[in-house]
Amino acid sequence: MKGTIHVRYEILRSARNPLLLGISWALPLVVFYAVAPEQRHALADCLTAPNGHGMTDCVSFPLYFMTAMAAYGAMWATIAPGARIARDRGKGWIRQLRTTPLRARTEAVAKVLASYLGALPALVLLYLAGVSLGVRLDAAQWFEMTGLLLVGLAPFVAIGIVFGHLVPPDAITVAEAGFVVILALLGGAFGTLFAGGVMLRVVKLLPSYWLVQAGKTAIGSGSWPAEAWIVVGIWTLCSVPLAALAYQHDKARV
Amino acid sequence: MAVVSAETAGIRTTGLTKSYGSVHAVRGIDLVIAPGETVALLGPNGAGKTTTVDIFLGLARPDGGTVFVFGASPTEAVRSGWVGAMLQSGSLPDHLRVRELVTLLASYYPHPRRVDEVLDQTGTADIAGRWTNKLSGGQAQRVRFAAALASNADLLILDEPTAGIDVEGRREIWRAIRAVAERGKTVLFATHYLEEADANADRIVLIARGEIVADGPGSEIKAKVGSRTVKATLPGVELAELRALPGVLGAERHGEAVTLSCSDTDAALGALFGSFPAVRDVEVRGASLEEAFLELTGDEHGDQDAKVEASRPGNEEPG
Repeated sequence: MKGTIHVRYEILRSARNPLLLGISWALPLVVFYAVAPEQRHALADCLTAPNGHGMTDCVSFPLYFMTAMAAYGAMWATIAPGARIARDRGKGWIRQLRTTPLRARTEAVAKVLASYLGALPALVLLYLAGVSLGVRLDAAQWFEMTGLLLVGLAPFVAIGIVFGHLVPPDAITVAEAGFVVILALLGGAFGTLFAGGVMLRVVKLLPSYWLVQAGKTAIGSGSWPAEAWIVVGIWTLCSVPLAALAYQHDKARV
Repeated sequence: MAVVSAETAGIRTTGLTKSYGSVHAVRGIDLVIAPGETVALLGPNGAGKTTTVDIFLGLARPDGGTVFVFGASPTEAVRSGWVGAMLQSGSLPDHLRVRELVTLLASYYPHPRRVDEVLDQTGTADIAGRWTNKLSGGQAQRVRFAAALASNADLLILDEPTAGIDVEGRREIWRAIRAVAERGKTVLFATHYLEEADANADRIVLIARGEIVADGPGSEIKAKVGSRTVKATLPGVELAELRALPGVLGAERHGEAVTLSCSDTDAALGALFGSFPAVRDVEVRGASLEEAFLELTGDEHGDQDAKVEASRPGNEEPG
């Protein structure tokens, strides 16, 4: 197929970025092992019970933190290729590509694949770390959890592309870091912020919240509601066309 | 110039205009480039070369006029892989090695050249394993050229291909470009190196202030400027006396040597030998392309009229 070399080199370039390795794969793993062993038997991520008394929907701390760190690393990995777009743009490389027959579709496929392939090791490494601290899920639960994580990451892939085409190269790292850290923080990746109330309802509108919640598949189907799919779906449906628009806008500008 | 139909022309433009704000970068370019021609787009910085090239590549949209590349729009031609380009500005992407980069660029085209062959021909084989962001300016320029060459496209558009490259490197690049031309490809290169245009192009299109001021072989452009230069060794003669000779436009002295710029060298030489028998080491030469260039395009800061005047062929010839 014509575009395979482009896709392959896009992935290769992505993998050669030491930042990806450090921030998206190594750091979440280190943080997980620094925090989780001491709270191995604790419960986490509880919600206020519907009757207002006590807590419900808790999961084990290792499961919660495994998912949180996996999501955090994966958010970084999926948004990171956007920074490469900005750098390539700054170097005039995108402009050079416009003089070749390279198709927009091939570019898009390459970016998405590079994003997801960068995210996979973050997930797998944290799953293994979770298992080493006693996290046990059945196959269907692992599968379902990974499914939501992958879908929930789609907006980050798209937003990376939006940033890459619109943010100046010297501001891209700050923009992406700010976006990921704020969403991770509000989503509860560094500890649950809200167990109930208005703020919980607000953060439930963020894809990062549902990424962190993906571990709740462990406690039954009802804990991973349709709401998760709707929120993630809306973010995806809005951010993907936005990425296409940003690409087109950039193309018209060069 | 050969008559070439819109369908078969490599590039055909009529009345091309492009402005950026109040800057009229291109104002009315009509040009036909036949397939297989090697054409130099020659002009000073800011003449509109890069804007013209950008329009041919579909990177800029003209405000007015038409442009066809092999009978199609520039965008279609690019998408079809008919055009290989080397842009003037821009550096190489990071996290790739030289060979990988050339391989990547070649992969976009329907009938690319063998990467090893291109690396050899551009003198980049010995740096094939280097990271593209760890190259010197000249090396990076060669790699960019190699990438354009790898396309094996029918039309090669090169914007200042030898900028920042040492003399040896230039020779290699021009050898490679001529080899491409010999295979029947169409080559358009922009340059402000006059010698390069003269030595490597079938035809020179001289462009200044967004307009074509001359178009033809290097020799034709020189002929458009009527003046010839006579150099001679002639001590102790007043310049005013020399300037008064028939056919002489001006005279300068460098030590014992005098340089006469002439509108009619035959008359000037006859008068020179007649009036000054002591004259020796007489040498006649046509104006260099550099001089032709200055005369045709006028001072870069000069007014519009000067250029229009100069672009009229032989306007300084008597009669």
